[in-house]
Order: sequence, then C-alpha cells, then structure tokens
Amino acid sequence: MNAPNKSGWKPAMQVSEDGLHNGPSTTTGNRALMLEEPLIFEIGHSQTTGVDLPEIDDGAPTRLAGLERSEPIGLVGLTEPETVRHYTRLSRQNYGIDLGFFPLGSCTMKHNPRLNEKMARLPGFADIHPLAPQQSVQGALQVIHELGDWLCKLTGMPSVAMSPKAGAHGELCGILAIRAAHTARGDARKVVLVPESAHGTNPATAAFAGYEVEDIPATAEGRVDVAKLKERLGPDVAGVMITNPNTCGLFEKDFREIADAVHDAGGYVYCDGANFNAIVGRVRPGDLGVDAMHINLHKTFSTPHGGGGPGSGPVVFSEALAPYAPLPFVKKSDAGEYHLVEEEDGDECGPTFGRMTAFHGQMGMFTRALTYMLSHGADGLKQVAEDAVLNANYVLRGLEDILHAPFADSGPCMHEALFGDKDFGGGLSTLDLAKALIDEGFHPMTVYFPLVVHGAMLVEPTETESKASLDQFITAFRSVTERALAGDESMKQAPYYAPRRRLDETAAARKPKLAWSEPE
Amino acid sequence: MRYLPLTDTDRADMLAKIGASSIDDLFVDVPAVAQLDGPIHDLPMHASEMAVERHMKSRAGKNLAAGDAPFFLGAGAYRHHVPASVDTVIQRGEFLTAYTPYQPEIAQGTLQMLFEFQTQVARLYGCAVANASLYDGSTACWEAVAMATRLTRRKRAVLSGALHPHYAQVVKTMAQFTGDDIADAQPAIQTEPDLEGLISRIDEETACVVVQYPDILGRISDLSKVAEAAHAKGALLVAVNTEPVALGAIKSPGELGADIVVGEGQSIGVGLQFGGPYLGLFAVRDPKHVRQMPGRLCGETTDAEGKRGFVLTLSTREQHIRREKATSNICTNSGLCALAFSVHMTLLGEKGIRELAAENHRLACLTADRLERVPGVTLLNNAFFNEFTVMLDGKPAREVVRDLADRGVLGGVSLGRLYPGVQALENALLVAVTETTTEEDIDRLATELHDVLAAAQAKEPAQ
Repeated sequence: MNAPNKSGWKPAMQVSEDGLHNGPSTTTGNRALMLEEPLIFEIGHSQTTGVDLPEIDDGAPTRLAGLERSEPIGLVGLTEPETVRHYTRLSRQNYGIDLGFFPLGSCTMKHNPRLNEKMARLPGFADIHPLAPQQSVQGALQVIHELGDWLCKLTGMPSVAMSPKAGAHGELCGILAIRAAHTARGDARKVVLVPESAHGTNPATAAFAGYEVEDIPATAEGRVDVAKLKERLGPDVAGVMITNPNTCGLFEKDFREIADAVHDAGGYVYCDGANFNAIVGRVRPGDLGVDAMHINLHKTFSTPHGGGGPGSGPVVFSEALAPYAPLPFVKKSDAGEYHLVEEEDGDECGPTFGRMTAFHGQMGMFTRALTYMLSHGADGLKQVAEDAVLNANYVLRGLEDILHAPFADSGPCMHEALFGDKDFGGGLSTLDLAKALIDEGFHPMTVYFPLVVHGAMLVEPTETESKASLDQFITAFRSVTERALAGDESMKQAPYYAPRRRLDETAAARKPKLAWSEPE
Repeated sequence: MRYLPLTDTDRADMLAKIGASSIDDLFVDVPAVAQLDGPIHDLPMHASEMAVERHMKSRAGKNLAAGDAPFFLGAGAYRHHVPASVDTVIQRGEFLTAYTPYQPEIAQGTLQMLFEFQTQVARLYGCAVANASLYDGSTACWEAVAMATRLTRRKRAVLSGALHPHYAQVVKTMAQFTGDDIADAQPAIQTEPDLEGLISRIDEETACVVVQYPDILGRISDLSKVAEAAHAKGALLVAVNTEPVALGAIKSPGELGADIVVGEGQSIGVGLQFGGPYLGLFAVRDPKHVRQMPGRLCGETTDAEGKRGFVLTLSTREQHIRREKATSNICTNSGLCALAFSVHMTLLGEKGIRELAAENHRLACLTADRLERVPGVTLLNNAFFNEFTVMLDGKPAREVVRDLADRGVLGGVSLGRLYPGVQALENALLVAVTETTTEEDIDRLATELHDVLAAAQAKEPAQ
C-alpha cells in the first residue's frame, strides 16, 4: 500500500498489505528504544528480593494462634536494578501529560507542577499518622482548614466537607446530604433529575443513594431544557444533579433560574464540579444557587491523575446542607488551635449523615492542591479559567468548518469543544479517528461521551498548552478528519506506531484472564 | 505565570481568530448575577515557587513526623520502611501524569502493572481474582458488603465487634441509604475474640458476616470456623485485613475460607500521609463472582498482531456504561498507590514479605514483653501479629497518649479515641510495632509509660 490512497494521504512509513510494519524482525522482539517487557512473574524468583532484611529465625517463638503460614504465597521478587528497569520499561509504554498533548475532555489533563510533589513529600506531611495526637499535627490540620477556606471562597459557599476520596465519592457525599436533609424533615422524596448529558457517575450515585433517576432532556442548543425540567418538579423530586459548565462544553445560562425553581419546589441543587476548571476564579457557583458541589482536586487543582487515581473530591455546601456534612472535619478554635471533630454525639457536630471513609480524606492531594492555589493566587486562577476557555474556543473555531460541531452556534464553548462523527466515509468511526491521532503523537480526546452526540469527540486542551501545541494539534486533527471524510480505510487499523496495535477487548471480556498463572 | 504558556500576544491573536473582542466575550453566557469585578477578594495573589515553599514548610514544620519520634501508632495505618526506588518509579511522569488507561495501545505500562498488581493481591489474599484497587480499606469494606447483598439477595450484614470502628461506621453510613440492615457490636475486652458469639448472630437472613483479621485489638483468630458457620446458613464471609504485612506470616483469609477479602494496602509502598491517599484492596475467592465485583479490572488479551497486551475489561459492570444499574458508582481507583504497592511488593517478593513479617512479629513480641514489665500495664492478647492491646491502670489511655506526646513519644492509639464514650474501652491502648521500631524506641516507650502511669497514680493515691 505504497500508493497514495483515496484521500491522497500517504504514510511516511511503509505499511504492508496486511497492515503490519515492514522492516526486518528482531530476535528479541524489541524495536530499538521500544523494549518488550515480560511480567514480573516470568522474570522474578521466590527467593530473590530487593530488600535486605534479617533472615528468619525458624526457632523463634511466635504468638500467631497456630495460624502460621505453611504454604507459599506465590509471589516473586526482583533485585533493585531489575525492579527499576522493569518499571522504567513499562513506563515507556504509557502516554502522559509530561510527554505530550492530552486533550481528554472532561478530565482536565493539565500540567502537574513538580513543586506540588515536593511539598507533599515533606516528612511533616507525608510521615504523619492519621490518628496522631492532635497536638502533634497542628500544621496538617491547618493545611486542611486552609484548603477548605480557599475552596469556600472560590465557590462562594459557606462550608466544605474534605473527606470524600474522589469525584464520585464527592457526588455521593452531596447526594447523601440532600437525602439526610429531606429525611430530617420527614420528607421522603424519591426522584433525582439528571440531564441526559451527565457523567455516568451521576445516575449511578443517585441510584445508590436510593433514588429513582429520571432524565432531563436537552434543548437543540445543548443545554438543559428548562421548561421540561420545571414541568417535572414537584413534591416527589429530591433534587437535580447538573454539571456546569455542562458536558457539551456550554455554560448553563439558566442555572440560577433552574436553582430557584428547584428550591421553590422544595428540592436541592447538586452541581457536578467536574468542569470547574472553566470558571475557577471567575465565577462562584454559590452565586448561582448551588447547594452542594464536589471539586475534583485532580482536575482543577492539578493533583496528578496517576494512571487512574488517587483523586480527591471535597464537597462545598450551602447553609441548608452544611449541618449534614460527614465526619470527621477540622475546626479552628478562637485561640487559633485546630482540632478534628470525630464524634457523632459530640456537641460540635450537627445532624451529620455519618462517616464516608476511615480517616480525614486525601491529605497527599490536599498539600498538592494548596501548593497549586498559593502558586496561582486569586489572579492566577482567574487566568487559568480564561486561558482554558480561550484554548478550547481556539480549537473549536479551528475545526468547526471541517468537523460536525453540533453546538458551535450555541455561543462560545467553555473549557472543552464537542464534535460529532457526521459524514465520515467508508464505515469509519470516531474510534478510528482517535486511533489515528495516536499515530500522530497525541493522546486522543474523550470519545463517545457525552451520549447526546453521535460519535462524540470531546476536546479539552486546558490552559497549560501553548499556542504552538494547539496549532500542531489542529493541523493533525484536520488531517485525520480529512482522511475520515474521504473514507481512508487504513485508519481502521490504526494505531500503527504505538507499543501495541488494536487490542481485542471482546476476547478479554468473553474469557476474562485477570491474574497471571503458571504455564501448564 | 510559570504554569501558563500563552503570552499576551498569543491571547490577542487567538481572540482575533475566534472573532472575540475580549476574553469577556467568551464568558457571555454567565448571568450577570454571577459576574465578578476581578479576582476573588480575600485570597492572596500569585506567589513564587520559593514563597510557596516557605509557606508550606512552615505548616509541615509544626507536625511531629513519625520518623522523628519513637512511634507506635497503628489501628489501620502502619509505618513501614518504603525503599527509595518505589518513589523513583512512581514519580516517572509516564505513570504520574497518565490517565485511566482507556486507550490501551498507549497505556500498556499502567495496564501491565495493574495486571501484576491484581495477581500479587490475589495471591497474598489467597483469592482467585483481585480488582485494580478501590479508594481505601474502609470503602472497600462497604463495597464487599454491598456485593454480598447482591450475590445472596439478602439484606443483612453481621459485623464482628472487633471490626475497625471507622470501617463499621462507613458501612452503617452507606447502609442507611441502601436500606441494608447492619448488625454491629462493640469489641469485648477479652484475650480471644468471641467467635461463638459472632457465629450465633448468623442466620438465614444473613448476607455476610464481616470479620477483621488480625482484628482491631490485634488478635488473630481462625476464620475457618466462621466461614463454615456462615456457609452453613448460605451467607458469605467477608474478611477485612488492615495490615497486609501480616499475611507474610499467617494464613491468608482465602485459605481459611473467606469469600470476599478486602483491606487496606497502605502498609506496602504507600506511607502514612495523614490518612490518604490509601489503597483499597478487593479480591474474591471464587472466580464466578467476578461479574458482581465493583471497581476496575484489568485483563489479558492480544493485539491485532497477536502480541500479548492488557485492557480494562468487564466494564459493563461500571457506571460509565451501566449508569444507574452499575455495581458501584466508583469511577476512579487508586492507581498510583497501586503502583507503589506493586513496586514495593516486587522488591520484597516471597522471601522479603516473609522476612518483613517475621521481623515485625519479633519486635512486637519484644515490645509486648517489655511493656508487661511496666507496673500498671497488662497485655490483653494471647496472640497478635505486630499490634496488640494493653490495659492501663489508673488513667484513660487517651490522656496517656497525650502525655506521652508531650514527652516526645507517639505511644499508640487509645481505644477511647476510636470508641468515644465507651467506658469499658477507655483504658485500652493499641500499640503497633514494625521493622522501623528500634530497641531504643521500645525502651523509651516503656520508660515514659512507666513515668506517666506513676505520675497518675501518685496524683490519685486512693487508687
């Protein structure tokens, strides 16, 4: 396939008839810097270790209730050099923000400042026990309090719960507070309204909390249909969960009107704060009538995503919901001392709905997020939102003439730009386009979300990309889009240049192999 | 600003291309009521790296780090030595700044690591399958109860009194909303856990019985008796482990018949971090139960060229596909902590984890013997791994802990703090010992504890 294809695109590297790389095969299976790496279980040994510890004294008395392990665990060890090499080789098969542009919509993959890492590792934060006597951890409690104060001021909300461990845990915290508030009034409302464009966690959370979930339709312009929502409100509706800016990348202009209507009907307003990066330092959700909102510290406040967590999801509350916040929380005394309120029956505690996690939350994320906030300050955070929105609009306007952009006429987008797969030729799909972008050296955007747009592609550039980086992305995106519109079938087998070709996900699910086992 | 690459010229050029006259044009959909006149008031402006570092260090400096004092705290979080190479690996940007591996062709590093991690956890727990981690041990404990209710279609969970009280509280908090019925209890101050009492609470309505191993008082009991009793009534045994190092010395919960094994993985690789982020471990003994598991799972497959590779799999259980019908609302896992765990466990290996466990136990025995010689101190446990309970004469343990801290010793966790208001427990002190504990630390604890108790007794001669 060396001739230019229908779209006129020609791969720079030769690709053979069967879609495989040409070039000599290597004895090792490696390709220069791309090194294949076996599993630890295939290279380690049960008697190898990378930690020097005293040998076991078999004659030493034990007090283990006769339950001493008699069978091998089945683990293997590697020495330190082997371990470091194993993981270094694995790391090179990963894409990360440090490597390149990562426009994953709704995920806010921004640069993770290294000062944050350094601060989190100070022994005064990293090496303290959650149940240490409180007189010995005043600085840590102060950090939690300070961060909470920043979050309240940035959102214009009076109160914050710091313990939720991630965004979805924060959602749960907010919904449980709503349910507790209704229950306290003896008001057994059954329904939570969620827009169709919501993250999957919203309906899952509401259902978990025992609510029936009903969809709110969207208007043609990509916003909540206010008339339909108002129609549905009533004495059975506990509240709404609305993401703002929404997952179509738009600001919900009528949010205040929605909130007032929900309040008038006796419900509460949960705002999914996943997209707070678009408005941080510029708009305070408290001014829009929000009762509860979680904040993903790993999105807006740049704590690292770590390949899938840990996250952190503090929740800010209105006066109405604040008393129901979970334990434990930090209080500052008039004398300037900090202490943890841990006891449900204590006089410092309101009608809390209880405890969500063993300890006080993601301290390691708190130190990083506070470091980040102090670095930016109120002025810098406002600039963060503005640059994030500017970058997204730049991408939207750079692609709208070539890609289906369903909401391009609905006003400026916020921090992400949404496209659909209309008019792709040759049976090509959004997935094919995403995989072709991998070959161009980019992490793909979010695909097939939100569900309201066919073949959705959600691009969130964030504020930490330069104009040059966006220009290169737009050029590449335009080129793969042209190929898709022309029905370039070679895209169906992309990526060609990644550490792996397309992986068979169907086979993985049909016959799950979820742990290594010794070859028979 | 050092994190923002756009220049003012860039911004002007870009606004012109977009067709906006100013940045405010892009925020035109924000209603007037929420428009601000400038940066949010009452917050500081931007600061240099040096200034921020000074600010954060002033906070860190007010804390007494575990490494700077004789340290004996446990109760669900343990201080272990983490080899230097663990942090080196997790700070590689390719791991640190990656996202959830939804594009597997460019996330094989994270995925292969998760597959190795799942295998390590499953083997340590004596189970068939482990997931890619949950938030922490306490939330994993709730997820296990929820899974057991799905599997058995029963609504009642029986919690052992010796389950970590915070774990029990998390379960009870969640159950308020799901309508599950949670039967809990408080620990009885006894040398042996009350297994018969626990077994007598299991009936035909019971979905699962939840037992901590070793338990909150540090005691170790033969779970197989509870497993038999639970299975006889059609219930499942959920075993909770908060100290994975113990499983280098004692039989795994799976081996003893537990059906779902969950726990806190923080001991291996993660560090104390004032309570988080930690690492929820979750495994099942019977591979048939995998489709009811919560959380992400990584599985093996092949790519289009036939090469082995890994993907997230069975995601039809998860919220982004199933929405309100998902097995859990959880989206994220604790990926980087799972990496830290896996690197540390790879360094340890079979030999290392067993030696580490033996060393923990040896030092704990030494500490128990030494403390027993302090007047007013009685050892409760017959058996323990690296944590045990002592009863103190003459003064509530909560106050003793504060007095010890004033003397520069972090002497343990008082049960009074874990069970506020429960008088029977207020003189009990939990003491944890790990390989980081030195013999000097042990002597120091014994000496200071002696002085604190003696001072208390001198104040109250009537006792």
